[in-house]
Amino acid sequence: MIGEHLPALQVVVPLVAAPLIVLARRGAAAWLIATIASFVSLAIALALFVEVREAGVVSYALGSWAPPWGIEYRIDAANSVVLVLVALLASFVAPYAWRSAAFEVPEDQHYLCYAMFCLCLAGLLGIAITGDAFNLFVFLEISSLSSYVLIALGRDRRALLSAYQYLIVGTIGATFYVIGVGLLYLETGTLNIADLAARVAEVGTERPVLAALAFITVGLSLKLALFPLHFWLPNAYAYAPSIVSAFLAGTATKVSIYALLRFYFSVFGAHELFEVLPMGAILLALSVAAMMLASLGAVFQDNLKHMLAYSSVGQIGYITFGISLANQPALTGSVVHLVNHGVTKTALFLLAGAVAFRVRSVRFERLGGLARAMPLTCAGIVAGGFSLIGVPGTAGFVSKWYFVLGALEAGSWSMAFLPVVSSLIALWYMWRFVEVAYFRAPGPALAGVKEAPPALLVPSLALIAVTVFFGLDAPLTVGAAAQAAQVLLGGIR
Amino acid sequence: MVDALHPGVLLIVGGVLAGALRGRLRAGLVLAAPLAALAALWALPEGRLWTGEFLGLPVAPLAVDRLSRLFATIFGLMAFGGALFALAQSSRLEVAAALVYAGAAVGVTLAGDLVTVFVFWELMAIGSTLVIWSAGTAGARAASFRYLMVHLFGGVVLMAGIAGHVAATGSTEFDRMALDSPTHWLILAGFLVNAGAPPLSAWLPDAYPEASWSGTVFLSAFTTKTAVYVLMRGFPGTELLVWVGLFMVFYGIVYALLENDMRRILAYSIVNQVGFMVTGIGIGTEMALNGAAAHAFTHIVYKALLLMSAGAVLYRTGERLCSNLGGLFQSMPLTTICGTIGALSISAFPLTSGFVSKSMIGQAAADGHLAAVWFLLAAASAGVFLHAGIKFPWFVFFQKDSGLRPPDPPLSMRLAMVLFAALCIGLGVFFRPLYALLPFPVEYVPYTAPHVVEMLQLLLFSGLAFFVMLGWLKRTRTITLDTDWAYRRLGPALAAGGAAALAALTDALERLGRWALARAIARAAAAFDDAGALARTRSTGTMVTWVALLLAAYLILYYL
Repeated sequence: MIGEHLPALQVVVPLVAAPLIVLARRGAAAWLIATIASFVSLAIALALFVEVREAGVVSYALGSWAPPWGIEYRIDAANSVVLVLVALLASFVAPYAWRSAAFEVPEDQHYLCYAMFCLCLAGLLGIAITGDAFNLFVFLEISSLSSYVLIALGRDRRALLSAYQYLIVGTIGATFYVIGVGLLYLETGTLNIADLAARVAEVGTERPVLAALAFITVGLSLKLALFPLHFWLPNAYAYAPSIVSAFLAGTATKVSIYALLRFYFSVFGAHELFEVLPMGAILLALSVAAMMLASLGAVFQDNLKHMLAYSSVGQIGYITFGISLANQPALTGSVVHLVNHGVTKTALFLLAGAVAFRVRSVRFERLGGLARAMPLTCAGIVAGGFSLIGVPGTAGFVSKWYFVLGALEAGSWSMAFLPVVSSLIALWYMWRFVEVAYFRAPGPALAGVKEAPPALLVPSLALIAVTVFFGLDAPLTVGAAAQAAQVLLGGIR
Repeated sequence: MVDALHPGVLLIVGGVLAGALRGRLRAGLVLAAPLAALAALWALPEGRLWTGEFLGLPVAPLAVDRLSRLFATIFGLMAFGGALFALAQSSRLEVAAALVYAGAAVGVTLAGDLVTVFVFWELMAIGSTLVIWSAGTAGARAASFRYLMVHLFGGVVLMAGIAGHVAATGSTEFDRMALDSPTHWLILAGFLVNAGAPPLSAWLPDAYPEASWSGTVFLSAFTTKTAVYVLMRGFPGTELLVWVGLFMVFYGIVYALLENDMRRILAYSIVNQVGFMVTGIGIGTEMALNGAAAHAFTHIVYKALLLMSAGAVLYRTGERLCSNLGGLFQSMPLTTICGTIGALSISAFPLTSGFVSKSMIGQAAADGHLAAVWFLLAAASAGVFLHAGIKFPWFVFFQKDSGLRPPDPPLSMRLAMVLFAALCIGLGVFFRPLYALLPFPVEYVPYTAPHVVEMLQLLLFSGLAFFVMLGWLKRTRTITLDTDWAYRRLGPALAAGGAAALAALTDALERLGRWALARAIARAAAAFDDAGALARTRSTGTMVTWVALLLAAYLILYYL
């Protein structure tokens, strides 16, 4: 009975948790509800993942209105992975939030923080699960609005400016998206994504369709922080509370990438546009710029969270690089990196949060000799760094391998070197952390600093362990990613 | 299917555990792990023992044949000797990292497929970087970063090559490859980076001497010799390697002669010796490959011995420059004897291990009628004697009296040195067991009268040359020799002149490169830091402008 309503519950559970939290008000109760909602979401996501593996596609008609008229939740190999990723990261962030949020967020705002966290989770899961283009917009707005609030909760006063900037840019992005969807609706008369795919192909290269593609591409590129539309991201991640940067870094951009994948491959894939237009070429150029320039940007930051944020922009470049190549191994790489990078970056931001918890700063000038005071935290950051670099035995290596294969499949030797050169830049910026934490003599800022409490350390290091696990037991993630790539590529003629 | 122990994994596990333990338990473990690995290795039958799948590719992480057993054996021995020597080392990280490093090297030799090779290859880079790093000095940290950069770059090239190979052939098998496609060139380039081949040879003498007194001993053995191993398996008989090898031979000699730091002399000498092996692989006959394999085996032993004696001196005196050392034989007799045995071995003195291995490569060149190669190798032998055979022990242990009177090092270090010195002599006298381990059947007999006489003449006269020019070594490097022997000396002299010019040129280029790099980094920093064009905090208006621009770009492109 409950089983058949799992797709709806996936979104409803965190969505209902939010008002419950507001009613409960008390910090501890709020945390408990948010954590339980995250765990339940994860259980549902896993159940759906298993179901999709057996059934192929799970379609759920919301309110029993049959698609394409009603809203359809449609789960296939591609978005089941994203659902698991989002719920998984939420389940690691929520337990961590107990100590971290207590420290970073004023007490009277705790319940708001947790309520927004649940709303954001619901929005992100909704984007991933829905099969309706307009419904996707609604969830995009839910997740965005809640994340503006979450970022603004940061204690640093610059958090407010960052949230404001993200709000402006994010709203433009969402508006562009909805303009694009509107144009498509005008041309085809449908909002169901599967139905859109079939009808767009019949419409041909009319101008509204072209404009729709442009608006949707730019709108989603903003949300996923594609270079050079990433300017909002570093400050938003750096000044937000630690749990927020950790959660958003692993999920928000990744879900937007999933939406882009859906439109590129499932909706427009069957359209002749895809062959006529230089979409791949533009995306490729921007991805390469991200992989190189944004990664270089990370090298020269003087703040751990800023460095991680720029690194995120660079790593997103990897993912879009794979999308632009649009072949089986490259797209497998993109999907698997979506997961691997989400896990790795969330883990790293959690550890950075642990540093902030003890040192009360993440500026490199105050972190000299940190490894002596916080050995486990630093070891975790280095291990996560290995994954960013792509050392064998970590998740990052698996993705890098598929990007190289994808570039070779596309017949380009020079492109095979791009991800690996970028990984050398990653080595460079991670080395800066190593140099600061391990080689400098401890400064006065570290006086009395101890290892982070287990409440912070256990979830972060557990997530680092997941990173390593995904690197060693690659078939688990790669298998799912390969299926996802197959589904997506199946949309192309 | 897993029904056999992997010696490399044993070493790695031992290393990780050693990092966590202290005191006697730790000492016992670091000595037991290599012995256990050796025992496990010799219990393995030949064949592909572990097979499985990684990233959807068939892999064989444990595959044994004669060649891999030979290299794994010497790596295991080396890990044991190094760990024994390093017992007095106070850094807890170093030996732990060294065991992981050794285990990864064993892993490369026992890998039945390219993917496994790559995984252990990268692990080796990390392990060795940690070994350098654990010396704890600022110089070592900087060097370890440069070292890691070079090796990860090499790894990147190798990975691209392997990925291409797998994509093109669908096979991960690690087999002989011809230089017929860019993939194989990339794989070769990746291998050669680790061998210390030009143009990246400089990483080796740059990084190795920065490690601690015991760290350098480990470093000397694994990275370059795994490169020799993979070259031997992947690219035997590739003519290019003959010339690459010869270049390395002379590069090492020239720089070692010009060098004053005792461990840098020995580091350049590693490049030189690996050059002999690479040349042998390039020649590619059974005799040459046997020679290269045997030389790798003996070289690990005597180079470790030399670096142990240098390490003992460093441990006791804290001095690393030849010009500040000298006269140590009076108070460090055992170290002097062991260092001298190492020096004689590297010079291929009869009755030492170098003699029975190096001569095989020369013989292979002669058998293949490669006159130029044979001539250059013979000439280089004289050069080796000059820089490593005499220069090192003379300046460190004898020469003028520096006034230093340090005692011999602690027992564990003495034991390690004696063990390896005994191996040097033992392999030189009883060479049959070594020959029996070589990949191909050996009919070669090293101790024939003409060969011994020729070698002694070569060595005595280059020894004479050294002492003749000792007084004015700084002023001039011209040497007059009897016409009879001119060809023995002319070769190295000519080659040395050419190589010195080349060295000056590469030096200048390197300086220019460093300057340009420093400028580029400064500029990049300006562009990327908080206030720079690419990373400063943007006003909301700027962001929105970018959005508008990109949308316009898309629309225009679509409508065109």
